[in-house]
Amino acid sequence: MIHSWSELLPLLPEVFLLGMICVLLLADLYVPQEHRGFTHFLALMILAFTAIITLRAFSIDAPPQSAFDGMFLRDGVSDILKVAMYGVLALVFVYSREYLSERGLLSGEFYVLCLTALLGMMVLVSAGSLITVYLGLELLALSTYALVALNRDSTLSSEAAMKYFVLGALASGMLLYGMSMVYGATGSLDLATIRGATAGLGDSAILLSFGLVFVVIGVAFKFGAAPFHMWVPDVYQGSPTAITLFIGSVPKLAAFGMAWRLLDGGMAGVGEQWQSMLALLAVASLAIGNVVALAQTNLKRMLAYSTISHVGFLFVGLASGSAEGFAAAMAYVILYALMAAGAFGMIILLSHKGFEAEEIEDFKGLSRRQPWYALMMLLLMASLAGFPPLVGFFAKFLVLKAAVEAGLIWLAIAAVVFAVIGAYYYLRIIKLMYFDNPADDQPPVLPSDAPMRWALSASALFQLAALVVWGPLLSLCQRAFT
Amino acid sequence: MESHWPLLSLLIWLPIVGGFLLLTMRQHRASLARWTGLIVALATLALCVPLYAGLDAASADMQFVERVVWVAGFDIYYHLGVDGISVALILLTAFTSVLVLVGAWGSVQDRAGPYFAAFLILEGLMIGVFCAMDAVLFYVFFEGMLIPMFIIIGIWGGPQRVYASLKFFLYTFLGSVFMLIGLIYLYSQAGSFALADLVALKLSATEQMWLFFAFLVAFAVKIPMFPVHTWLPDAHVEAPTGGSVILAAIMLKVGGYGFLRFSLPMTPDASAEWAWLVIALSLVAVVYIGFVALVQQDMKKLIAYSSISHMGFVTLGLFIAFALVRTTDNSDAAALGLQGAMVQMVSHGFISAALFSCVGVMYDRVHSRMIGDYGGVVNTMPWFAALFVLFAMANAGLPGTSGFVGEFMVILAAFQSSPWLAAVAALTLIIGAAYTLWLVKRVIFGEVANDNVAKLKDIDARETIVLVGFAGAVLLVGVWPAPLVELMDASVMKLVAQIATTKL
Repeated sequence: MIHSWSELLPLLPEVFLLGMICVLLLADLYVPQEHRGFTHFLALMILAFTAIITLRAFSIDAPPQSAFDGMFLRDGVSDILKVAMYGVLALVFVYSREYLSERGLLSGEFYVLCLTALLGMMVLVSAGSLITVYLGLELLALSTYALVALNRDSTLSSEAAMKYFVLGALASGMLLYGMSMVYGATGSLDLATIRGATAGLGDSAILLSFGLVFVVIGVAFKFGAAPFHMWVPDVYQGSPTAITLFIGSVPKLAAFGMAWRLLDGGMAGVGEQWQSMLALLAVASLAIGNVVALAQTNLKRMLAYSTISHVGFLFVGLASGSAEGFAAAMAYVILYALMAAGAFGMIILLSHKGFEAEEIEDFKGLSRRQPWYALMMLLLMASLAGFPPLVGFFAKFLVLKAAVEAGLIWLAIAAVVFAVIGAYYYLRIIKLMYFDNPADDQPPVLPSDAPMRWALSASALFQLAALVVWGPLLSLCQRAFT
Repeated sequence: MESHWPLLSLLIWLPIVGGFLLLTMRQHRASLARWTGLIVALATLALCVPLYAGLDAASADMQFVERVVWVAGFDIYYHLGVDGISVALILLTAFTSVLVLVGAWGSVQDRAGPYFAAFLILEGLMIGVFCAMDAVLFYVFFEGMLIPMFIIIGIWGGPQRVYASLKFFLYTFLGSVFMLIGLIYLYSQAGSFALADLVALKLSATEQMWLFFAFLVAFAVKIPMFPVHTWLPDAHVEAPTGGSVILAAIMLKVGGYGFLRFSLPMTPDASAEWAWLVIALSLVAVVYIGFVALVQQDMKKLIAYSSISHMGFVTLGLFIAFALVRTTDNSDAAALGLQGAMVQMVSHGFISAALFSCVGVMYDRVHSRMIGDYGGVVNTMPWFAALFVLFAMANAGLPGTSGFVGEFMVILAAFQSSPWLAAVAALTLIIGAAYTLWLVKRVIFGEVANDNVAKLKDIDARETIVLVGFAGAVLLVGVWPAPLVELMDASVMKLVAQIATTKL
């Protein structure tokens, strides 16, 4: 029951975004193709205003607000994740504009679908009940299925979309099944109530444990954690790079929010159970991600496996189960989203109509052809690999620290050993760019639009600037969880 | 003592910022880039003067301290400070870097700007390692060095450069990640990343043992010790001259420095318990690797193996101290061992740098590193031959050169522990002389071997500056080691006290 309109205030960013999506959809109908830039501009404006609305009411120490009797929660964690989503999505828009327009894919639908996916993610990270979780998740998933199939003339894209859809539906089914068991065990859909109920149940409730297993599978699928990672490489490779850029970055933030809401928010009482599940998933993801990535020749596929390994690292943080671990994992996922966006942005930068630049070999000798962007790619790769002093190292450092403090030293050691194995394939890119000479038949790097180049350089240089910014980001994340 | 102006930060960041400045320069402005690079390196060297002058060598305390909060939530500080040991290594770094840039002046034509930039960035990071008083900061500098070195070997290296650079990177990276876990564990116990707090922390025997091995893996790879030394010959052979020089002169010392700052004071009981292992591996390095050096056909490989053998003396000196302090309570001899290890590090820095520069001089002319391609160089390059022989003598440990001082001190210390140990260690004087003198005989003396050698021109002014610079340092430390020893004396005595006290 809504008693007064002011109760809806926590939802203001979502309500605003929803309204503006409708406006965008309608406005775009009247925009001729050659003025599609207007839609682009409008979408960026929408993001900016949604960010302003979110930040206006943002206070890290304020008590959580809720709406609809606790079905929707707004707290520091959700706000930080939302702001990060706006930022990364804005980067996605800037990077992909020219790519899409060259290929005739720049349509209002792209923006609308991305924004509805964003809406879904915002609902997801603010979910206070199982229903809200599912609502947000499906809104996100349906939008992304359509995005993957955006290039409907490409068989690879269609195949990827089909795979994604079938496996995604399966995972949603698992999640729902798990939720139904959790409901059966605890008698509630409200996460806070479930949390209270699980605290009393302990290890004795078989039904709850079964439910938990299915919920964890659903979460692992959304993240793309091994062994539920099968869709990741195919979808990453099959989608147009601009869409891969989107899928590879923003939804990870939402997946983290979902995992935290469900596992810590809902089932802290059986924490030991899901922590050990996540630890196993973490090791499997680290192993499969890093080892299989070594064998890839397609850069998008390689980055897909790299994502899997990063998810493994993220799970190391989650498996710690402490506020420290969640803060570390959140900082990790935000920094990772920025790194991944930069890496896919580099592929877009090098590609042009008729040439996708997605083979690793396409980066051969880049330092001779484009010294500046080779340096940017070097920073991004070194950061993904986790070499200090780049931001990727600090992200890993936080997670490892949380794991060691939670007593999971074996997990931390496994994580760093696989990180060393993984270092090889990032180094291989650096090697191709710097140590090899360009092949004669290599297509030239055509100039891209200025905002794209500036944004890309900025996000690569951010990997260095992180020396100064990771402290504040970390304390923000820490305060959000205390 | 709080310093009024951030001398250490300047020493670290001046070369790094200078390096990035060079990266932004256009490719065709190579000569501008060279001059800028040299000026930055000279300015860094000049900054060492107030550092050396301002240091109170009688005190073992950290000086020129800078401490700024870096990450408040985790108690991580941007915390710098130096004592005598650090200053000695910083001087070595700044001095060698200048000579490396001079040496690369004409011999690196391809992408000279980035080459100079990489060395400047590397210099700043290495100085950072020697200044860092916070474990995270140390790790960042320690690991940060890998990327520029990887690039240097990979871009400007020899035919097998890709293999060598990847091997170098992955080997050292694998070693250091265990140290990272160890440091995080220490933090979880001490609640601080400050090195001083970690040294003061009480640890159980099991904890110390695990930490000791975590550190051992990291530093043993870096220094490198037998049997994890195999990356070094590859990296040295394939690296460009400057890369080999920096690698041998300074990066290996980072490993020794790590032992001094981490293993010895933080895990003294485990170090004492496992000292026999390190001593045994050191002796294997000294003797066995010495024999390996004897059979090398490639000059750079020979010097690389000789480096491993000489670094065996460093680890021997560091860990013989435990045997002396803990079993015989002979702290004077322990101090002698540590002093010897330090002097050996500095001296080996000069000698190996000089020898690699010599090989570089010949390689620039003949484009071969094979001993068999040379012979009778003295006939065409008399000045060069004179300097080469000097460095070879120093490498063999001839009294009057710096090579003698460190080895002699370590052998003396070892003798107090056990004459047999000293006897085995002293074998190096024979083996070292054998491989070095045989190298000299085959390369420098004899008849002119072929047309290439007949056409050789003697060293030019630039090369003379480099080699004479190193020769001066080698002789200075050899004849008058007192300033160097006194510089480090107080810090070494403090270290002896630290390793003598149990932390259990």
